[in-house]
Amino acid sequence: MAGRRPRVRLAANAALAVIGLCFVLPLAWLLLASVDPHAGYQTRWPQSPSFANFAAVLTPELLFLPLVNSLLLSAGTAVVNLAAAVLAAYPLSRYQSRFNKPFLYAILFGTSLPVTAIMVPVYGLFVQLQLLDSMPATIFFMATTTLPMAIWMTKNFMDSVPLELEEAAWMDGASGLATLRRIVLPLMGQGLGVVFIFVFIQAWGNFFVPFILLLSTAKQPAAVSVFSFFGQHGAIAYGELAAFSILYSVPVLVLYTVVARGSGSAFALSGAMKG
Amino acid sequence: MPVPDSPYRGSLRRRFRLLPVAPSILLLLLFMLAPVAWSFYASFTDVALSGKAALNPQWIGLDNYARMLTDSVFPLSAWLTVVFVAVSAILGQNALGLLIALLMTKSGGATESFVGTAVIASWVLPEIVAAFAAYAYFSQDGTLNQLLGLLGVHGANWLYAFPMAAVILANVWRGTAFSMLVYRAALAQVPRDISEAALMDGARGWQRLAFITLPIIRGSIATNLMLVTLQTLAVFTLIWVMTAGGPSNASTTLPVLAYQEAFKLGDIGYGTAIASVLILIGMVFGTVYVRLLRRANQ
Repeated sequence: MAGRRPRVRLAANAALAVIGLCFVLPLAWLLLASVDPHAGYQTRWPQSPSFANFAAVLTPELLFLPLVNSLLLSAGTAVVNLAAAVLAAYPLSRYQSRFNKPFLYAILFGTSLPVTAIMVPVYGLFVQLQLLDSMPATIFFMATTTLPMAIWMTKNFMDSVPLELEEAAWMDGASGLATLRRIVLPLMGQGLGVVFIFVFIQAWGNFFVPFILLLSTAKQPAAVSVFSFFGQHGAIAYGELAAFSILYSVPVLVLYTVVARGSGSAFALSGAMKG
Repeated sequence: MPVPDSPYRGSLRRRFRLLPVAPSILLLLLFMLAPVAWSFYASFTDVALSGKAALNPQWIGLDNYARMLTDSVFPLSAWLTVVFVAVSAILGQNALGLLIALLMTKSGGATESFVGTAVIASWVLPEIVAAFAAYAYFSQDGTLNQLLGLLGVHGANWLYAFPMAAVILANVWRGTAFSMLVYRAALAQVPRDISEAALMDGARGWQRLAFITLPIIRGSIATNLMLVTLQTLAVFTLIWVMTAGGPSNASTTLPVLAYQEAFKLGDIGYGTAIASVLILIGMVFGTVYVRLLRRANQ
């Protein structure tokens, strides 16, 4: 039996390395093209590497306005989502009621609806209600699509705050919402941060929803503006596209790292998998 | 709402406790349930983006659904959706995610963290950026053909010759991280002595994998299959950027078809009919998913 374990380990490492390489390869183009002023589709070492592509996209119309829109959209979505989710999670976590279980399973069922399928009817609805091209309406819709997951995550985090701490406050006459604000929320700060970032990342990367619901260029987030970059200018400036893509991706990568470091990778699943 | 705990308070007060749930319910009713209901309703009308049918849509009964069956694109599109979900999600993401997670129990150190980061990076990147990268990778003189060129093989123009293969591989690349994370968490719960012996341990190891490890994590396998199916059913951006459903509908899955009918051709009625079919499929999988979780919780 001696020598078998190292061999198994070596084989596993080799297989994993090959898989990892396959996953990295499509990203190599993105990184190399961004610093290559003469980039095309080919992955190649830039002959005269420079930050010219980054400089070219660092303009108010191309980069800053879309990023500000992305920020408004994502932060707005996360705020609306978190406020609604915290309020909903509180009674679900604190009080026994025969409505709790059916409600939780109903919203879990809601997470199953394919959002791309809802976009056609949502567009129709927005036309009827004259909400097309409205930033707030888009924010409320985006908040709703991630709300079921956020309620589950928030409730799970809230369940881990011991009830005894609140009971003392109730004895002193504090109301449910007062104990929520003064006792429960401060104790689950990290969990709330996770939910916020989770929703923010989803909204930041969302292309289809703003693509359908926001019409004017002045309101479009980076996910949509980068697409017009790609499709409409005839000859595509690949290097600039890659540079823009990287600048647009950085905030999400940073936020993910922050959360993943704090709570392992479990955060993405705490809502999805736990019953 | 003082002292909410007393059993002698009226049931009215107990109802008020649920009041904070109201904003969530309102949002879900307005932006989730209403569109779904409207989708089913509009699919029985000829409502359009412009023209007479935009102002005054007529009830046309099952015409839209009958049209699906005779339409040349819908059956193809339904089939492509099945292929896309079955191959990229169930076979690809699910099996590859499990394989990576199993290999990781045998690995460790630098390789493990390198692979974990690589797999997760393509998942965390904004969808549109991942789609551009995949587009460049599979294009005529893209990375894949450059690699094949190194081996002396002249690669095809993947996005035109084999669009489904390209979008399927791209979706595996993009989505495997989710399954990997699910299975890593599940395998971490398997008793250590069993998991250690599970893989690459000769015939006995494979038997243990099949008869011990997999049965232990079968709950995770079932929920993961449901979730990756639902996620893949909804994929739009990746396909739209890579092939736009083409060439000549060769990669038009149902979300792409619904988009084209509703927004490119302005036929909202037919578009909602296709969307309604997708929503129904989602509901079927959603019901199974909720039942699985309920049973797991009991």
